[in-house]
Amino acid sequence: MGNVIDARDITVKLENKEVLKNISFTVQQGELVGIIGPNGAGKTTLLRALLGLVPLANGTLEVLGCSSTRLKDARAAIGYMPQRQSFEKNFPLLVSDVVATGLLSRKTLLKRIEKTESKIISSLEDVGMRSYLNRSFQDLSGGEQQRVLLARGLVRQPGLLLLDEPNSGLDFNAQRLFIDLLIKLKSAMNLAIVLVSHDLVSIAASSDRLLCINRTMHVHGRPAEVMQSPELDRVYRCQFDLLSGMLNERKCSDE
Amino acid sequence: MSEMIAYSFMQRALLAALLVGLLCSILSFFVVIKKLSFLGAGISHTALGGIAIGLITGLNPVLTGSIFAVGTSMCTGYISKAGKVGEDTVIGIFFASGMALGIALISSFKGYYPELFTLLFGNILAVTAKDLIMMAAVLFVVLLFVSIFFKELIAICFDEEMAEAGGVPVNYIYMGLLASMGLTVMVSIQLVGVVLVAALIVIPGAIASRLSRNYRSMLLTSLLFGTGGSLSGLVLSYAYPIPPGAAIVLILTLLFGLTIIIKPLFERSRYARI
Repeated sequence: MGNVIDARDITVKLENKEVLKNISFTVQQGELVGIIGPNGAGKTTLLRALLGLVPLANGTLEVLGCSSTRLKDARAAIGYMPQRQSFEKNFPLLVSDVVATGLLSRKTLLKRIEKTESKIISSLEDVGMRSYLNRSFQDLSGGEQQRVLLARGLVRQPGLLLLDEPNSGLDFNAQRLFIDLLIKLKSAMNLAIVLVSHDLVSIAASSDRLLCINRTMHVHGRPAEVMQSPELDRVYRCQFDLLSGMLNERKCSDE
Repeated sequence: MSEMIAYSFMQRALLAALLVGLLCSILSFFVVIKKLSFLGAGISHTALGGIAIGLITGLNPVLTGSIFAVGTSMCTGYISKAGKVGEDTVIGIFFASGMALGIALISSFKGYYPELFTLLFGNILAVTAKDLIMMAAVLFVVLLFVSIFFKELIAICFDEEMAEAGGVPVNYIYMGLLASMGLTVMVSIQLVGVVLVAALIVIPGAIASRLSRNYRSMLLTSLLFGTGGSLSGLVLSYAYPIPPGAAIVLILTLLFGLTIIIKPLFERSRYARI
């Protein structure tokens, strides 16, 4: 399996402040890697660096075979789902319109996008929302909207999917359904997925590997190792006994 | 009605109302969706500084005002994106400083400026053939820009971050939208004046957003109400002694008020049928 992401000692500075320092990790095809860390840890900045939206001050980064200076070329093969509050809630768009916005790039400027409808239908089918094609996006529930936004991220048939807190603001059942959908898509499409979340229990249960960052890498490895690491207590400044207990319990019941 | 159309100044005024109504309602769609209403008010008031420079130097005040309006709108976009200062804060500063510059210049260089009253409160009946050409040219440029980048504008208005991540040149297109707003505000000032122009680029889109379930019908409704409101305001001002600018804004405001009252009634009857 090849590396979809290969980050080595990447450092990002914003307004002369080090937001990320010496982060190294890899993500392989068909792997779901979770990123956790407290507020302001630099998780969203890390996703933006993977998209080439913020420049690297140091280190080397390769995404889908493109180096950090050529990440613009890789964007067409990256699906992205920003945080929920990034979209305009009162814009009267149909579900198909929302998914179609995911097809736009620098290359589609001044051009008609070909086979738009089949691509939109196919990505809505992937997330189980085919019948919602002509529904108003505003009228959907939070969970349904998230699945449509996921379809928007998938519409380019990406090799890598970056998700920034997709579960925030969803109830427990909608969160569970969303994570189950991600796991299904990962296997069906052999997708590499990077998932940022504050929900430690569900991210630990669904990820193949976890990275815990707080400006720099603190601990990474298998979810059970990360969740039991004393480093996690230091990063979050609280005890995680209860959380690891819940995780172990969940794993036992799965077995 | 036929008597009204017989006058050449009324023919020009009707054409101006149609052109400006079309222009404002196209941009009104984006202004309402992207929540840029305050920017419209800011640009028009800032333009007063440019108008004052034109008046005291003897240059065309519409031209100097346009340069100011476009410059202000683009500076607002640039500073708010690059300087981490909120857009409303930047507009608030430009809004007041443009007005202050206009007042300072006009008071310092004492003279008789008959055009000033026209530009402050609008006078569509004084529109010349040259003004019409300018309005048509701005409409052409704005239509060209919007039709070329329509799908990108929709994506930016819905989710700027996603559009940027996808590779859409968000900053350039957004600057183009702001420049279009600057030009539109400036040519519309002749119709309704500095004081009232913001209403013309907000109300058609606001009415349309109340009545539409998707963006295509919202754009069409905005066009319908923007041009309809402009033309009917002009007709009203011909029949009654009301200045055209004020009549247009009052008609549009009345229509917006009606949507506030009527829409819930429609929805109630729709749910009752379901």
